[in-house]
Amino acid sequence: MAANTLKARVDGRAARRRQVRYYGKLMGRGLTHAVLILFAVIFSLPLFWMISNALKPNAEMFVLPPRWIPSQFLWNRFPEAFTYIPFALYTWNTLYIAGYNVVATVISCLLVAYGFARLEWKGRDVVFALVLATMMLPYQVTLIPQYIIFSRLHWVGTFLPLTFPAWFGNPFLIFLMRQFFMTIPPELTDAAKIDGSSELGILWRVFVPLSKPAIATMAVFTFMWNWNDFFWPLIYLTNQNQFTLSLGLYNFIGFVARTEWGLLMAASTMMTIPPVILFFFAQRSFIEGISLTGIKG
Amino acid sequence: MAATALAAPQEASKRRAREIKKIVIGLLFISPWIVGFLWLTLYPMLASFYYSFTEYQILAAPKWIGLANFNEMFFHDKLFWTSVGNTLYYAVISLPVGTVGSILLALLLNRKVRGMSFYRTLYYVPTVVPAIASVMLWAWILNPSVGLVNFLLSLIGIKGPGWFNDPYWAKPALIVLGLWGMGGGVVIYLAGLQDIPTHLYEAASLDGANGIQKALHVTIPLLTPTIFFNVVMGLIGAFQYFTQAFVAQGAFGGPLNSLLFYNLYLYRNAFSYYRMGYASALAWVLLVFVLIVTLGIFRTTGRWVHYGG
Repeated sequence: MAANTLKARVDGRAARRRQVRYYGKLMGRGLTHAVLILFAVIFSLPLFWMISNALKPNAEMFVLPPRWIPSQFLWNRFPEAFTYIPFALYTWNTLYIAGYNVVATVISCLLVAYGFARLEWKGRDVVFALVLATMMLPYQVTLIPQYIIFSRLHWVGTFLPLTFPAWFGNPFLIFLMRQFFMTIPPELTDAAKIDGSSELGILWRVFVPLSKPAIATMAVFTFMWNWNDFFWPLIYLTNQNQFTLSLGLYNFIGFVARTEWGLLMAASTMMTIPPVILFFFAQRSFIEGISLTGIKG
Repeated sequence: MAATALAAPQEASKRRAREIKKIVIGLLFISPWIVGFLWLTLYPMLASFYYSFTEYQILAAPKWIGLANFNEMFFHDKLFWTSVGNTLYYAVISLPVGTVGSILLALLLNRKVRGMSFYRTLYYVPTVVPAIASVMLWAWILNPSVGLVNFLLSLIGIKGPGWFNDPYWAKPALIVLGLWGMGGGVVIYLAGLQDIPTHLYEAASLDGANGIQKALHVTIPLLTPTIFFNVVMGLIGAFQYFTQAFVAQGAFGGPLNSLLFYNLYLYRNAFSYYRMGYASALAWVLLVFVLIVTLGIFRTTGRWVHYGG
């Protein structure tokens, strides 16, 4: 009897302790979520605000307290932005430059990465160290002579300075691709070698099909960089007809001054949509690429 | 006997031929990189090194002036020091805040919370927003009179500053904009956290360590390579910071020179004043700075780079 009550008391205490720990854990988890949600709101509020302002009537843009949801949605702001600035032309220019870069970068980086990952030749590692070193090189050191080279070739004011160098590969992506190639088991190549395939054949028939995720990562990164790039178009594009979205939009700000914020927000929204959609579709390759190389978008 | 003696040199020469063939094939594969390196990296590097000792206005040939560019930069050019100061100001505030913030968020996300990928996505999205769009957006959010931030501040009784209109607040405005893109760091730190082997935590638990002790003695030490890497890249990145400041200054008439960052000053010299020699000198000072920072970090930690392969 006495032993039983003692046991019950001990059990009860243990249960209470367990309960306390359980509630403590629950509270901790609740707190974690609260903080995470708070930051989720902070991070997404600006984008919500951009869309809200793109759609709301001008009068509602300048009121306090701010109007979160517009009283009416001015969807025609988007087509209006297309006529106000040559948005379609800028989009086409941007797509052309980004598309060219994607194709040329993927081809050149595949070749170069294969040369570093799967071929064995004397001096390879020294040369690869040089590739890594160029990753750290600030572009300013080559900027001015490059500009002079391109201007002597009469390439300034054309797309060529923004596109042609893609054929030479990108050190970050060469590195990324090489890391991926090195995870492919060598036995797979041996079989192809016995069949008498050339190295190029092995790259094309064995490595490329196996590397689709890594190739997607390269393509996504290259597209994103070019879509968002402002600096290089600023340096090399001189003719309004060749402007990219970034550069065109920049010019547009001065144009519209401070009055047409709605249009400005509509244009910004349209420019932001493609990279965001791309990110949602290619999230995995994005996150992996960033974690592997430590580069920030 | 005679046969092997004869075969040996033959084999050696065959081996050499095979080796040379391998080198040739290897070089052919990496030839795109080699051409690019020689044409658009190595030659330009040497050329800009030479230009940095010259006066070069593009139309006339470069004129050798020795160390005059560097002399002017360090001892006579106030704007150079303004730009260095602005850049350091930006780095000194945004790097620690961004680092601590993204580590804390990564730690929270690493606690196997439900919906982790959802949060991660939301935090990361701002980093894919084009710089030009994000500057326009934030110029609007930070508008001194009708902006969202100053409205929220007014709710708690604070009169918000002039942000991009005020020389003292234009840089903090850009810092806020930069911190909005903190999600990139969160993702990197999260990857670093997930690389930490779980048995270390188990061992720490067995020794009776609590959560804070585990964070201090397991998580943070093992995360330092990632932290170092990010801080170095951030510092180098600050000296290459351009688009946001350029747009904020150019489009919204940011208070003169309060947004003059190092890279903006370099751009201004090269493409507004066409002082290619002076701009090259600025570029080389930047390179030396990057080298010193990088080597310093290499020396102090030795193993912060995890190339995985």
